[in-house]
Amino acid sequence: MGLEFMRRALLAALIVGITAPSIGVFLVQRRLALMGDGIGHVAFMGVAAGLFLGTSPVITGIVAASLAGAGIEVLRERGRTASDVALALIFYGGIAGGALLAFKSGESSKVLGYLFGSVLTVNNQELVILGVSGVAVLATVLLWRKELFAVCYDEEVARVSGLSVRRFNFLMALAAAVTVGVTMRVVGILLVSAMLVLPVAIVQQLSNSFRTTLLGSMILGGILGVGGVLLAYRLDTSPGATIVLLAIATFFAAATAAQVLSRKRALPA
Amino acid sequence: MNAATVAELTNVNVALGQQEVLKGLSLTLSPGQFVALLGSNGSGKTTLVRALLGLLTLGSGEIRLFGTPLNRFKEWRRIGYVPQRFGATSGVPATVEEVVLTGRISVARRMRGFSSTDRQAALKALEAMGLADVRKRRVSHLSGGQQQRVLIARALVNEPDFLLLDEPVSSVDLENQELFAQTLERLSDSKASVLLVAHALGAMETLVDRTVVLDQGRVAYDGPPSAEFQDDHAHHHPPGVLHTGGLPRER
Repeated sequence: MGLEFMRRALLAALIVGITAPSIGVFLVQRRLALMGDGIGHVAFMGVAAGLFLGTSPVITGIVAASLAGAGIEVLRERGRTASDVALALIFYGGIAGGALLAFKSGESSKVLGYLFGSVLTVNNQELVILGVSGVAVLATVLLWRKELFAVCYDEEVARVSGLSVRRFNFLMALAAAVTVGVTMRVVGILLVSAMLVLPVAIVQQLSNSFRTTLLGSMILGGILGVGGVLLAYRLDTSPGATIVLLAIATFFAAATAAQVLSRKRALPA
Repeated sequence: MNAATVAELTNVNVALGQQEVLKGLSLTLSPGQFVALLGSNGSGKTTLVRALLGLLTLGSGEIRLFGTPLNRFKEWRRIGYVPQRFGATSGVPATVEEVVLTGRISVARRMRGFSSTDRQAALKALEAMGLADVRKRRVSHLSGGQQQRVLIARALVNEPDFLLLDEPVSSVDLENQELFAQTLERLSDSKASVLLVAHALGAMETLVDRTVVLDQGRVAYDGPPSAEFQDDHAHHHPPGVLHTGGLPRER
């Protein structure tokens, strides 16, 4: 039995599992938890463009995601009201354009793999792209974590501290976009935000500090990624969906644990 | 133009949307002064503070901090700012210490963690605010009054020369307001200049060197704290200044 594909799948799931929450934690902090979904819509068009042009859909997906991330950040900066409609145009333009290109490419059967992920088919070239992108995102987040935290926590005070808030917002949007690009290969475009957000949502129920939340959700993300792929192999289920459902189950377990703990704390000493 | 001033506003106009909020406002703050900025809702207090910090674009006029025009001002570590609202009750947890450390961003080295010097400065600010015991606690688990002091500690962490506090007691109950007055008393012992935005002075009156009252974007009174500006129910002149009606809160 060829276990080479399994090794690649586990490594891909591990990279994505660690990387996605590291930027996801900042998105949750800013209440932009679903930004990943928006970027994903446009990344879909990038993937379809890759299929259409016959190049690597992962690369074109990451490029499209990055453009979307920058575009969304520009709109976010301009204020809320007008940007709502603009975001809708970008998102549905992305999906519709993607569907059109995918159909034209004659490879629309491959689209499903990008919508729901197909980690078992990751090839060596894609694994390298995933690795390089993952390291780039992790390096960005870890090197600038205190600056990013300051900007996310209180943008105005960060500005009054002389920080270039704009630069860090763009950095964050780009890191999120690249993460979406690599994450969609594993869990699919429709489940991208789950990988960014769920590990954070699980860990923050039990942690008191940002530091613990950041590191804890990265570790948990890695465990969920690897565990989900192994479980999917055992149960013969779709790996992307299995990872996400495993995360949701963990979320409820953590919520119960947090409730028990807080009740204990509430008891008179 | 004087380098010995803390802040200088000259003929400042600021509009928010269609509405002119500051209308040709001029004001100079000198070192060591404890200035209370009073006025009714919508008089422009918060706008003045935000303009002073470069958070708003000026329609016209000039602002200098420590003698330097605002757009060229770089010495942000000399400034401490306590915003009107609590910055983050956001999803992700953060400890008291982590929040106070964000105040060190203006001095800390980029692309690495906070140094032991940063941590010592944070601890010192926390001790000054009586928060050293809770520094590992989650901020959102603290009381409103304690959260307020966390934000003040963050503003104090670099021992600023100029401290701006925007209505710090508005969200705090009476008991905590008295605690807050005691906190300010400690501040007024330091050399820092303070600009305190408030509705009324109340217990803080003895600390204040100078009162500036805004009315419709202009300075309506500038001088020593006087009895008529002490409480919300004053009906003396200038008329209308201290009525705190049901107007929406200014932003």
